[in-house]
Amino acid sequence: MLKLYGKYFSIHLKSVMQYKGSFFATVIGSFLTSFTVFLGIFFLFQRFHQVEDFTYEQVLLCYGIMLMGFAVAQMFASGFKVFDSMIANGEFDRILCRPRNEIFQVLAYRVDFVRIGMLLQGVVMLAYGLLSCQVDWNFPRVVTVVFMVIGGCVLFSALFLLDGSIAFFTLQGLEFMNVFTYGAIEHGKYPLGIYGREMLTFCTFVVPYALVQYYPLTYVLGRSDNPFFIFLPLVACLFVIPCWIVWRIGVRRYKSTGS
Amino acid sequence: MKKYLAFFRLRFTMGLQYRAAALGGLACQFFWGAMAILAFGAFYKTDPASFPMSMPATASYIWLQQALLTLVSMGGIDQEFFNVIQSGNVAYELCRPVDVYGMWYARSAATRVANAFMRCMPVLAVAALVPAPYGLSAPPSLTAFLLFLVSLALALGVVTALGMIVYMLTFHTISPRGVRLIAVGASDFFSGNIVPLPFFPEGFRQFSELLPFSSTANVPIRIYTGDLYGQEMLWLMLLQAFWIAALVALGKLLEWKELKNVVVQGG
Repeated sequence: MLKLYGKYFSIHLKSVMQYKGSFFATVIGSFLTSFTVFLGIFFLFQRFHQVEDFTYEQVLLCYGIMLMGFAVAQMFASGFKVFDSMIANGEFDRILCRPRNEIFQVLAYRVDFVRIGMLLQGVVMLAYGLLSCQVDWNFPRVVTVVFMVIGGCVLFSALFLLDGSIAFFTLQGLEFMNVFTYGAIEHGKYPLGIYGREMLTFCTFVVPYALVQYYPLTYVLGRSDNPFFIFLPLVACLFVIPCWIVWRIGVRRYKSTGS
Repeated sequence: MKKYLAFFRLRFTMGLQYRAAALGGLACQFFWGAMAILAFGAFYKTDPASFPMSMPATASYIWLQQALLTLVSMGGIDQEFFNVIQSGNVAYELCRPVDVYGMWYARSAATRVANAFMRCMPVLAVAALVPAPYGLSAPPSLTAFLLFLVSLALALGVVTALGMIVYMLTFHTISPRGVRLIAVGASDFFSGNIVPLPFFPEGFRQFSELLPFSSTANVPIRIYTGDLYGQEMLWLMLLQAFWIAALVALGKLLEWKELKNVVVQGG
């Protein structure tokens, strides 16, 4: 399966390289989009120096981690973002005919390389945050950061899967789902605690953003020494299960649009 | 002029058909606005003295920005013309006995007005019900409100002209994605969509105000919230008018250059 994915991957890579100018323009655009968000944070912190009790460096660390997870998910799970058009143009019918798992094929259908711009931004911010935020680094803290990136990546991929699955029922993507993906990355740049208790509760129990972001962050920054927080990002990965169930239900009751 | 008005009307009624999409968009904008206000609220609580606007003005700013998103932000650019250019259907457009620039300008402005028509009022109505300091408050005076409307119309002119330049550049690159991402990114930032311009550091703010991007949402919304008044307001409104003229001229020039080289490959 991995070998097959590698094959798909190299085909996609070759195909984007056919239009180099357009590709690099899009990479720059992708970088610019997240860079302006960074500039916004920079300007606000020049003025305010901190928000609640988080400093500029800590917010960058937080945003860098989130952005990396999001960029990787956008790059590899982008097949689900165009899934409504795959249903509309009959591409999904072809997928069902092939002797491989459908989710695998949708994942292999599209690799969105231009997100490299965003990933790069995430890496730079994470590196800056790691070096400058005066954390006493030890093994559990490093592991927590790694878990946070993985957890974010899985969580956002699960949300893209859910977004795609909804197309089974509505035939058209729902703009509202953007709130859970783009909205989350836009507003998840700050530690979720600053949005108030209700929002934090929502982000803990309904869509577990806080499990990959806020709680482990408090552990990394030494504000909490609850060792349970290290593993919360992995708990958040369980969010894939309900999304996968929605997908299964969708596949089972799928009727071709006939194109 | 009459034919352009007809294009505008046609496109406007077409835009009103997509009510379900508008409903989804509304929910998005509510959530987005609420989160942004909560974040600014957190900054306000941390250090109220460094706030360049009052909290109610900031909340009004964000609600208006959400309500007017499809009207005056670059993100509201009409996708249809990208498809037309990419698929080669532009050939049909070129056959019509009207100027492409004028026709597309009228149509993309109409799409914006139609989308805003459906989205603007519900957002504003609910935002007005949100309790202070997080809700939408009234403008400082009736004159300010009228000036806000004038400036909003100018902003629509500027953003549509900017969109036309993006279309014309797409003739060159064919794939619209890169140009659009860059245009939306730059315009979102300089029009105060990410952080309102009064929060920019001094100097950089003055520089940003000169750019065409800030002649969009930035000016009318700040007139409404009372942040912009007197001489400075007049000057920025004049700048809006200047940018309409300059951008339309540039767009026409690009049109003339690009259309000379258009090759439609059969089909």
